[in-house]
Amino acid sequence: MKIHIKNGRLIDPKNNIDAIQDLFIAAGRVVAIGNSPADFHANQTLDASGQIVCPGLVDLSARLREPGFEYKATLESELRAAAAGGITSLACPPDTDPVLDEPGLVEMLKHRAKLLNLTRVYPLGALTRQLEGKNLTEMCELTEAGCVGFSHVTAPLIDTQVMRRAMQYASTFGFTVWLHPEDSYLARNGVAHDGEVAARLGLTGIPASAETIALATILTLAQETGARVHLCRISSRDGLEMLRKARQQGLPVSCDIAANHLHLTEHDIGFFDPQCHLKPPLRSQRDRDALRQGLADGTINAICSDHTPVDDDAKLAPFAESEPGATGLELLLPLTLKWAQESGTPLVAALARITSEPAALLGIDAGHLGEGACADVCVFDAEEYWKVERQSLLSQGKNTPFLGLELAGKVRATIVAGHLVHQA
Amino acid sequence: MPQNPQLNKNGELQHLLSIEGLSKDILRHILDTAESFTGVSEREVKKVPLLRGKTVCNIFFENSTRTRTTFEIAAKRLSADVVSLNVNSSSQSKGETILDTVDNLTAMHADMFVVRHSQSGAAHFIARHVAPHIHVINAGDGRHAHPTQGLLDVFTIRRYKPDMHNLRIAIVGDLLHSRVARSEIHALTTLGVPEVRVIAPKTLLPECVDRMGVQVYHDMREGLKGVDVVMMLRLQNERMSGALLSSAQEYFKCYGLTQEKLALAKPDAIVMHPGPMNRGVEIDSAVADGAQSVILPQVTYGIAVRMAVMSILAGNTE
Repeated sequence: MKIHIKNGRLIDPKNNIDAIQDLFIAAGRVVAIGNSPADFHANQTLDASGQIVCPGLVDLSARLREPGFEYKATLESELRAAAAGGITSLACPPDTDPVLDEPGLVEMLKHRAKLLNLTRVYPLGALTRQLEGKNLTEMCELTEAGCVGFSHVTAPLIDTQVMRRAMQYASTFGFTVWLHPEDSYLARNGVAHDGEVAARLGLTGIPASAETIALATILTLAQETGARVHLCRISSRDGLEMLRKARQQGLPVSCDIAANHLHLTEHDIGFFDPQCHLKPPLRSQRDRDALRQGLADGTINAICSDHTPVDDDAKLAPFAESEPGATGLELLLPLTLKWAQESGTPLVAALARITSEPAALLGIDAGHLGEGACADVCVFDAEEYWKVERQSLLSQGKNTPFLGLELAGKVRATIVAGHLVHQA
Repeated sequence: MPQNPQLNKNGELQHLLSIEGLSKDILRHILDTAESFTGVSEREVKKVPLLRGKTVCNIFFENSTRTRTTFEIAAKRLSADVVSLNVNSSSQSKGETILDTVDNLTAMHADMFVVRHSQSGAAHFIARHVAPHIHVINAGDGRHAHPTQGLLDVFTIRRYKPDMHNLRIAIVGDLLHSRVARSEIHALTTLGVPEVRVIAPKTLLPECVDRMGVQVYHDMREGLKGVDVVMMLRLQNERMSGALLSSAQEYFKCYGLTQEKLALAKPDAIVMHPGPMNRGVEIDSAVADGAQSVILPQVTYGIAVRMAVMSILAGNTE
């Protein structure tokens, strides 16, 4: 299959390219940029005039809900949604049922994803068995099976001895540990940021100290053990500040933010809107502004969708009883573009946060379009608005705070390994 | 922020879910209407036909005898047919969802739901999903709101201290868990009370409570100085666990209302409590039963206020 994408504005953050350039793909690889190679006869030509051609998006966290929660979403529905969102590689967290703590499960997931021939799936293995925070998983075996890191997701990891040893063990083999900084005690029963809105609505709050205390523990242990730690879903200004200092001191920690938290605050909960019941909670405007700043200055490495499809029934309850999470695969690009536009960030820098940077964190060969690179490509119209509606989302999860809003950024084509997997 | 879900498209009250967001005019209208109903309860025939032929359902997902009873009496005095359900003792334990319960009662042609639930936002949730002709009254949702209690409290205050613009009011106790306090604060600030104080230890105050337009005191003696009204809050027994407080004795010593502490308020200050009281924990019996206490009149006025709310809602259609 040979594809010629012509007349598009090619943006390749890793190679610092932003120019009108044609892209030539053959045998799953980028074979040329600009001028056609000799004897190149395209099977398919995509006219990308007025559109942007960039590396396929890399999403650091998308719950695919398989195995165990097929009533919320299936591998097929979510990978189609990912392709529709321009995402060509994604990491999925291990909080499935059963938990991804055995090589067989990981192999099965990889195998089933491969058969679908859509977006590439990179599972994160569970850091502890059953995510119970007690015993380590077989990290070497799991890595051989295809895991790209080890996460404890949002399951409590209270025992600091276990956390320390998990870091020591992972760092022995050079594996990355993915942690969500949240102190289980301070977050107990909490459903919203412990601020003005929670006070007014009578919701149990989660203070920012739940994040900073957990961060202090994680950063201390990361320094002591030398482990490579990736911090998931930073939500507070104070947390970000700690991270900035740790980085300045040379600690090899990276972090990401969920796209929703880039735009929303506690005030969006309004009159108990369960779509804004997210984990970590939406915090104050001050926090959100700090996160935007942190993203712009590079303290935050990547934006992820934190895709969490929830079935309608699970959202149909009073706020605290509704299941937290939002669908996000198809919103990652538009929400990133919205931030870029609002903050005046150049597209090449904004797209780096959803392509080259997350690819580097996962240690995968993706997120760039130099000659010889994997032909994972996203072609989109940055100017075209579309309305976020139940029927416009391919994901089985229709739960998002952005329902009913119009967002700019329509994916026209998604190519994975030289194959067209989505076209609109 | 979305449109206020308790108002219909004409800006009239469709549901009563919270005091927050209601205008001074709407609050005054409710209080004035309640004033006209106070006479009904003193008549020999304690009934007016305003809700004749209407069915009011009290759906209590959380137990309460007092509030449920006052709503029942209010509805009956308006000539409505009344059904009361304690849902946690029936369907919910069989796995039926809130909306299933509500849908079933709607199918039985109920006109008004009076709802109590342990989760903040439950009344909003029900109001968002009921058929458009149904009115929902929040009779207490988690820690969020108890608007009829807030209204009856300001009604009581207005009766004893008619000039609301010259009052200094203290609310004392467990504000963190109190839906009553939140409703009182909104009602008082909306009606133009210039100084609302809250008095509590830091463990029983929500973050950013000052953003609600109140002054924060931790020293009860300091906070009570010169106030016209002392509004006590109930302290649930379970607050003694979870490291919120040390002991009932120490709480009473620091935040219990005694004659000696009450003497710091204005000499004609009134004492209020939403009930049920924990005598000797948040309030001394001598104060509760004393000359400055208006705790029983609060209960009496509660009926008139609930009659007012029900009759106003019934008169407003989508």
